[in-house]
Amino acid sequence: MPFDYPEDLQYLDSHEYARVDEEEKIVTIGITSFAVDQMGDVVFLELPETGDSVEKGENFGTIESVKAVEDLKSPVSGSVLERNDALLESPEDIANDPYGEAWLIKVRAEDLSDLDDAMSAAEYEEQVEGS
Amino acid sequence: MQTLLHIDCLNYLPSNPTANAQVPTIDRPSANHQSFNQTYPLGPFFPPMATLLRTPLNALCLQQQAKMTGFSGWEMPVQFSGIRQEHEAVRTSVGAFDISHMGKFVLTGPDVIGALQQLVPSDLSRLSAGKAQYTVLLNPEGGIIDDLIVYHQGQGSTQNSAQDSAQNLAENQQQITLIVNAGTTDKDKAWLQQHLPETIAFADISQEQALIALQGPTAVKNLQRLCPDYDLINLPRYHHLTGNLLGYPAFFARTGYTGEDGFEIMVPIAAAKKIWQAFMEFATPCGLGARDTLRLEAAMALYGQDIDDTTTPLEAGLSWLVHLDKAADFIGRSALTQQKAEGVKRRLVGLTLADRNIARHDYPVLHQGKTVGIITSGTLSLTLGYPVALGYVPSDLAKVGQTLAVAIRNKTFPATVVKRPFYKV
Repeated sequence: MPFDYPEDLQYLDSHEYARVDEEEKIVTIGITSFAVDQMGDVVFLELPETGDSVEKGENFGTIESVKAVEDLKSPVSGSVLERNDALLESPEDIANDPYGEAWLIKVRAEDLSDLDDAMSAAEYEEQVEGS
Repeated sequence: MQTLLHIDCLNYLPSNPTANAQVPTIDRPSANHQSFNQTYPLGPFFPPMATLLRTPLNALCLQQQAKMTGFSGWEMPVQFSGIRQEHEAVRTSVGAFDISHMGKFVLTGPDVIGALQQLVPSDLSRLSAGKAQYTVLLNPEGGIIDDLIVYHQGQGSTQNSAQDSAQNLAENQQQITLIVNAGTTDKDKAWLQQHLPETIAFADISQEQALIALQGPTAVKNLQRLCPDYDLINLPRYHHLTGNLLGYPAFFARTGYTGEDGFEIMVPIAAAKKIWQAFMEFATPCGLGARDTLRLEAAMALYGQDIDDTTTPLEAGLSWLVHLDKAADFIGRSALTQQKAEGVKRRLVGLTLADRNIARHDYPVLHQGKTVGIITSGTLSLTLGYPVALGYVPSDLAKVGQTLAVAIRNKTFPATVVKRPFYKV
């Protein structure tokens, strides 16, 4: 099944992606199309409030489908600038546009070098789909 | 999202991939059954499935875009088009499930019923040819070794009934088919062989026969069209018959695990693909994900999750299958008699929650701030639109209407004890 992994994003092995605005040090976090597909029908999403702090590698929220519940891990440490309230209202929409409209949170990163060990699109694709 | 492929609702023995690796101790069939043991290259994120057994429908399900998961030592479809679509198909029309992984035994000999009577709490003397009974195997402590269906296939005599499925049985010989859980097949086999007399022939046909469940309000109409020689429409629930389906010998049982009308159909593995494809003309292919949400709405227990060796049928809401007044003694009887006399201390109850507060396996159940019980199964009911769960709570908190709480990720949410099943046709 073809999944899309945009080149301009960075990826965690736990299936979150990071879209980095280097000038503003703002990181938009979401989950990959592969992860969305694996989850199946998403029914519930739990995200931090604006102003909350998140830690690299730590849970910042929860995504729940009919069949499973999973923790969401942050790729960076920082504070939450914005969360996707529209998506909280209708979490099933995450399947439609995971890299666009269905982002999860935007974080003001303390240090963008947190992302040094993140994967490129090619590396992530190889990991999830095999070579 | 570290453990993406962990399927919460299928948290079932064996619970991890390394345990799976030990499973293929099941009798290895001969050369033409190799489809049970082919390797399947998967990426590093997937559990090691190469050691899992495969049903005769495995390749066909993959062609149909099934997502596979390890379950009780088998690689099984967890979903095809999506749990929600599959669930709705079964509630409104008809879905087909490959359940060939389930264990299947045939017992033949004199007074098989009498021998089985000593292993189950249900009074099997009520059974006659063509009828079935859902029951449990019990250990001496009254704990459930497995839940299973006992199908009476007939007794040799000069006056076999029309529905009598056991052909050519010698006089006074009985034939009984047992369908058991996949993960407990080996355990059950050992227990049965240990406790049944040697005069009863025990055949494990688990890997010689495929099993397909056809479930939903239009299952019977469609199945009837495929086999016009038998009156399936008027076959009562829990009755069964043998006959032919598309030229193959077939066993039709009006049983299921979804809370809907439907059939479970056993055919030789050589027939499985052709019959599955015929069903695809009218049925939606369904995986274990929808099977779990459907059975949970019907409040049917999942072995290894809601019931196990440490829970008794009296605790698990299965008192209806315990006949303590039956004449025959059975293993576990004194334990159950004592438990009934002393009063059951905990009970499996149905709980509902609000919003999207979904209680899952192993979440604590609280009352007045104290942990009093545990959730064994839970999901969002796709038919009802709210979360439902099964869990054990103290008997004095098990009454319908009782308000409790469930701890979900460090917060507590109210839950109400309700009548089971959550959903009924």
